[in-house]
Amino acid sequence: MRLIRNLVRDKLGITSLLFLVLVMLMGVFAPIIAPHDPLAINMPLRYASPSWEHLLGNDHLGRDVLSRILYGIRASVLWIFLALIISVCIGTVMGFIAGYYRGIVDSIIMRICDVMLSFPVYVITIAIVGILGVGLENILFAFVLMKWAWFARIIRTSVLQYIEMEYVKYARTIGLSHRSIILRHILPLTFSDIAVVASSSMSSMILQISGLSFLGLGIKAPNAEWGMMLSEAREVMFTRPELMIAPGVAIISVVIGFNFLSDSLQVALNPELRQPSKIIE
Amino acid sequence: MLKVDHVDKSYNNNGFFKSSSRKILEDVSFECSQGECLGIIGESGSGKSTLGRLLIGIERPERGSIMINGESIFKRKNRKSKISVVFQDYRSSINPFFTVEDAILEPLRAINIEENLAVIIDKLLIQVGLSPSYKHKYPHELSGGEAQRVCIARAISTEPSYILFDEAISSLDVSIQLQILDLLKELKNSYKMGYIFITHDIQAATYICDRLLIFKDGRVQETIPTKDLHLVESPYAKKLLKNLILF
Ligand SMILES: Nc1ncnc2c1ncn2[C@@H]1O[C@H](COP(=O)(O)OP(=O)(O)OP(=O)(O)O)[C@@H](O)[C@H]1O
Ligand SMILES: [Mg+2]
Repeated sequence: MRLIRNLVRDKLGITSLLFLVLVMLMGVFAPIIAPHDPLAINMPLRYASPSWEHLLGNDHLGRDVLSRILYGIRASVLWIFLALIISVCIGTVMGFIAGYYRGIVDSIIMRICDVMLSFPVYVITIAIVGILGVGLENILFAFVLMKWAWFARIIRTSVLQYIEMEYVKYARTIGLSHRSIILRHILPLTFSDIAVVASSSMSSMILQISGLSFLGLGIKAPNAEWGMMLSEAREVMFTRPELMIAPGVAIISVVIGFNFLSDSLQVALNPELRQPSKIIE
Repeated sequence: MLKVDHVDKSYNNNGFFKSSSRKILEDVSFECSQGECLGIIGESGSGKSTLGRLLIGIERPERGSIMINGESIFKRKNRKSKISVVFQDYRSSINPFFTVEDAILEPLRAINIEENLAVIIDKLLIQVGLSPSYKHKYPHELSGGEAQRVCIARAISTEPSYILFDEAISSLDVSIQLQILDLLKELKNSYKMGYIFITHDIQAATYICDRLLIFKDGRVQETIPTKDLHLVESPYAKKLLKNLILF
């Protein structure tokens, strides 16, 4: 609760959070709020400029751009968010096991991570797409497979750092259980690392998925995805540059939102970085 | 009360191909009775902090046993509310996400006591010379001396059988060192707790301890009551004492 109170105090942070929540809700309720069917082809309206009927205009097949942007939230934000949560969870559990119990478990987990991290993400993603076929779910699978190792590494390092702290030694001295030490002394501190790393890698994942969709490896053709919309607009980049604006702005604003949120989370979570508001007033 | 019996401890230097092990403590035995203040004195690297970690039960020796009232301290349950510790580094002694109140409550919550916790905290803070308004401060808002007082309040809150001080005053400036030593003396008289006082500062040790244990290269050189300090026999202890007189 303290976290929310601190976040509310930070205007930029709370704005980013509300914006992202709103975007995600719009994605979930896309079928209700979208004014048109995102897949409905309407050739007479090809490249139509914005109108009251189609607020953001129509694309090269006459499809409503606004509806496609709204449906695109699902692939471009929601599914990525889910993949991120899964890989953060796997990474956190692995990182905690490795960092807290050390020894042989640590060595095994870290060698697996080293192997995973020695492949470039793009190469593996393309390889997995090559094996399993084109599709958003395969890219997300590849992401989860590759990213957890990265999270595990970061979280292990931060667990190792906090476990050496004197207050952890104190908690062990007075006979607290491993569970309560992890929950009260290590998780809250690593949580700020986790949140910051997760929110910043959310931005990079959105950009990567958009990039891969742009290359035609992501979501399958008629479905909406922001990167793919950019790719479609590219063909008419010089004659109809305005078609790039909507998906471009959507991607940039969500990425910026996550970056701001990660900065604010860092401050809100850490009492030392928090501004003592009394002094300023 | 506290009985350390033939304790050995070594650390592995984990190389990639071979690991060698180095003996840090060798055949350490001593006892500390209820309400006694035992000083452990030795030079840097002699293994004092290692011994300290064994005495608070967070590391195990290879050989030997450490018992409190006949029970092993390496069982979590036997340590609860019996052992406490104050470390040297006051900056990392309190969880930065905890307020002073949270920190002092931690050991109290672990033993489920019935009394009114808010009253206890105010009392403890006053006892260590802080105003109860410090309750809501975070550790980074405290000075070193204040943080160390909070750690002492936290350590005495459950009235343990003994408290280990590992260089607990070494990083404070001299006038505050004296204040804290006086505070500890006073608390000892009112609570009858045992202290184990690890330090390389023989002056501070003679000020507060009833008995001194001279420690060198992981071995107990000699134990001697503070009042008989001039009668030490081992050459190392004599050297230490000479330095003391020089200053
Ligand atoms: N976790 C560890 N792993 C390996 N070696 C260690 C470990 N902890 C301590 N040592 C070694 O044990 C020896 C004794 O260290 P210790 O910290 O007990 O010394 P000390 O007497 O407390 O010194 P100081 O007065 O400087 O605090 C040192 O040589 C140190 O290198
Ligand atoms: Mg030491």
